[in-house]
Amino acid sequence: MAIATPPTPAAAERMERLEQIWESRPGILGWLTTTDHKRIGLLYFWTTLALFGAGGAEALLIRTQLAQPNQHVVSPQTFDELFSMHGITMIFFFIIPMTTGAFGNYLLPLLLGARDMAFPRMNALSYWIFLASAIFIYTSLFIGKAPNAGWFNYVPLASKQFNPGHNIDFYCLGIIFNSIASTLTAGQFIVTIFKSRAPGMSLNRMPLFCFAMLAASFGLLFALPALSADTTFLFLDRNVGTHFFDASHGGSALLWQHLFWIFGHPEVYILIVPAFGIATSIIPAFTQRRLVAFPLVAVAELLVVFVGFGVWAHHMYAVGMTTISMIFFAAATAMVVIPSTIQVFAWCMSFITGFARFKTPLLFIAGFIFMFVTGGLTGIMFVAIPFDQQVTDTYFIVAHFHYIIFGAAVFPIFGGMYYWFPKVTGKLYFERPGQISFWIIFVGTNLLFFPMHIVGLLGMTRRVSTYPSGLGWTAYNLAETIGGFVTLAGILLLLGNLFVSYFRGPPAGPDPWHGPTLEWTTSSPPPEYDFAVIPRVTSAYANWDPVDREADRLNLADGLLMLEHGHEQPTVTPVDGRLAEIAQMPHESPWPPVLALALALVFTMLLIGLYGVAGIMGLVCLLALAGWHSQEPPE
Amino acid sequence: MNAPREDRRCLAFLVLAVVPLAGCGGSQNALAPESHQARDIATLFWWMMGGAWVGLGLVVGLLLWSWKRRNRRGFGRDVEGDKPGEKRSWYAVVVLGIVMPIAVISTLFVVSDLFVIKTTQAPASTTTKLTVQVIGHQWWWEVRYPGTTAVTANELHIPARTPVRVEVKTADVIHSFWVPELNRKIDTIPGRSNVVELDADQVGRYRGQCAEFCGLQHAHMAMYVFVDEPSAFRRWLAQQEKPVEAPSSALAERGARLFLDGPCSSCHAIRGTDADGYVGPDLTHVASRATLGALTVSNTPDDLRQWILHSQQAKPGNQMPDFNASGARLDALVAFLEGLK
Ligand code: HEC
Ligand SMILES: [Cu+2]
Ligand SMILES: [Cu+2]
Repeated sequence: MAIATPPTPAAAERMERLEQIWESRPGILGWLTTTDHKRIGLLYFWTTLALFGAGGAEALLIRTQLAQPNQHVVSPQTFDELFSMHGITMIFFFIIPMTTGAFGNYLLPLLLGARDMAFPRMNALSYWIFLASAIFIYTSLFIGKAPNAGWFNYVPLASKQFNPGHNIDFYCLGIIFNSIASTLTAGQFIVTIFKSRAPGMSLNRMPLFCFAMLAASFGLLFALPALSADTTFLFLDRNVGTHFFDASHGGSALLWQHLFWIFGHPEVYILIVPAFGIATSIIPAFTQRRLVAFPLVAVAELLVVFVGFGVWAHHMYAVGMTTISMIFFAAATAMVVIPSTIQVFAWCMSFITGFARFKTPLLFIAGFIFMFVTGGLTGIMFVAIPFDQQVTDTYFIVAHFHYIIFGAAVFPIFGGMYYWFPKVTGKLYFERPGQISFWIIFVGTNLLFFPMHIVGLLGMTRRVSTYPSGLGWTAYNLAETIGGFVTLAGILLLLGNLFVSYFRGPPAGPDPWHGPTLEWTTSSPPPEYDFAVIPRVTSAYANWDPVDREADRLNLADGLLMLEHGHEQPTVTPVDGRLAEIAQMPHESPWPPVLALALALVFTMLLIGLYGVAGIMGLVCLLALAGWHSQEPPE
Repeated sequence: MNAPREDRRCLAFLVLAVVPLAGCGGSQNALAPESHQARDIATLFWWMMGGAWVGLGLVVGLLLWSWKRRNRRGFGRDVEGDKPGEKRSWYAVVVLGIVMPIAVISTLFVVSDLFVIKTTQAPASTTTKLTVQVIGHQWWWEVRYPGTTAVTANELHIPARTPVRVEVKTADVIHSFWVPELNRKIDTIPGRSNVVELDADQVGRYRGQCAEFCGLQHAHMAMYVFVDEPSAFRRWLAQQEKPVEAPSSALAERGARLFLDGPCSSCHAIRGTDADGYVGPDLTHVASRATLGALTVSNTPDDLRQWILHSQQAKPGNQMPDFNASGARLDALVAFLEGLK
């Protein structure tokens, strides 16, 4: 059970000291220089939420344009920028930073029983770079030069010859810039997960959420280089005169596609695996049951990302590959289904054999399972190469991946927002409007995305800025548009509920759900040092081990294991989770935002074509790094 | 056009949401196959969709079952070591989550990727009687009949019940040739030529559309495939092979001069004249076509007029500039082009 109030005066005094050591500076400056994973998580949350709003507005404009045939709500040029930015935003600037940057940052140390990330300043740096990259790419929209060749930006359409403006340069540089942030996040998640767990948390006692974050981080780390290479080549082709993708000079347009999808398919799993992590946190809490087949699910979470690296060419069945290579990729695609079905049925069996209470978070997870299975089943259809060749690049595909991305990634994000709201704010949300918001979103998204299957089969190709009447597409498109606005209403209700709850909600206490994992053992919101006592862990559902929690309480009373002498945190051996050493953690640093700013200038200069100035800015980055390292914590 | 009624019918299907497809729309419908390839794909789809409903039904059933069992015991009791029904659940996960999908997906893999795929593969050149070249341009389709002089745009004529080899290429960016009622789609890749087979069962008109995003007017890059009786096809091809005939009226004569001396001829070819531009479609028999601008507008004298004046309105961003001509010159141009049967 949770530690609510300090039991003894001695403990109170020690907690006071912890408070002083970990306290952050007040005001804006505190936020600018923070290295607290919770604050960084919140910064990520608010930023990605704003970007979700932008991506959503783009989506609704697209849907408005397509509500009826032959409309002129937006021009074709604007339409192309809208759908390109919609995809780029939702993938690179909403889902990944929301699940890893916001949820991962806030929760990972709390679930691991740690006081902070392994590299707190690097963590801060990742946020500031992310913010700068978001501002960078959105500048393009405001000056009317947004990327306009879709989120996968095929060449030669994206080459200088067919796209002379700065639109695609924004794309190349923005994506590279953004992936620096993701790489930093991924790298330090991996180290945190292996090194910063509470002593005693061997890998098999690690919550599934952390396995999911581990899988996603490995995915990012290995997938992003392909994308960075791809966008760098394109930038060089466009601005320096290389010919990587130019078929008339011995380059290859398909090289872009291969490199892109080597990144792009793992990316899909990187989008949804953290959401699986959220689901596997919520399900045990609301079924009061340890998740069925835990080891199998943990392995499946890792496996899905691993196998996901071998299927990329199934995005390219229409380019005229040899049959034999298509069959290879189809077989890999078939294999990648298994880790997903394992998880789906493990979740379902947990629902059944547990003691399900359908509160809002669990409703979102049930909805997520429904959406994920629907999208997964149409995904399995793409094992059939001839069928894939028939429907690829139509609205059938659009339907499929929106069931996966909205259904399987965004639903858990919403569920997670409700689930951890009491932890983050200390307030309970209102249940009734919460459930209503779920049903509105559920109905809305299905009305929005289901008809897309049908128009796709009726021949509607994707990315068309308009369409003729008389092909039987009109009614479906209208229904989709209505569904879009219904979904918007549901999301507004969700946000409104949380907003009002923040001010009016009843106090939540440390553990309103009788949650399974360590974050529920500490107060809500958690103190800056997360845990007063380094928690004892003997299973993956630490909060359900009363003996251990009693041990924590005794330790607190005796002032043991509190590490209240410095900015300290224990590190462990990677597999067994045995105590390795006590690490001195760095505290508050102004350098991450400075470095991010310098980097932003580098990218801006590259965009303008002032390569010399960009080089000088690069030197400024090095200086910032030097400043950063002049502030090392004592060994 | 009875589109509204059809739309209503589709809406009714949508409300039912089950098996909603057959019979809606018509001319670009992957589930209204008119060739053995498209039929195989459609059949594959119906089977897969049946399986998908069963799979979805299974999962929904499990979720509903858990809904029935909700709140079934007190909440917040001591849950130490709580894994009720763990062993049975493991069985369920292994059977439903591993064994069943392996069986189902292996079957699907074998049927579709080892057998059905053969029908949609590029044909060997020996098995077809006719080759057509289709070249994607931003944003129209050039169509050539190798071995003949015939060149047209945005429409393919092929004989019925005859396997036809379609070679697709691109003049600029990647497009994708797709006539869903006849076969799968195939991309046009720079520096390459890809092949797809068309083998229509029946005489008729089938709509196709560029499926790969190719820039501003991707939405208006459609085409018709006309499937004719073989004899009619031969007549059509012979007509298309002919160079242009001398203008039949003084007005048309004036139009021809305007065309040849004006900017038109730098972009358009008319066989039998000096016009040999290659930026836009060959206009030798433009009057014989069903539409203008890759199915953007129909091909009536009025539409033609409007097209020459304001093609940028009908198809913003397309590569043909608006032509500001006085009424008389325009009349002449239209009269000339209308004569190009
Ligand atoms: C700068 C090059 C250019 C010039 C000059 C030009 N055209 Fe075009 N024209 C095109 C292109 C490109 C298309 C195809 C547009 C599309 O469908 O995207 C086209 C299409 C057409 C079509 C429709 C053909 C079809 O089958 O769809 C007609 C008719 C036509 N042009 C007539 C003319 C006439 C008459 C003139 C002279 C007044 C002219 N064009 C001048 C480039 C040009
Ligand atoms: Cu095209
Ligand atoms: Cu296109």
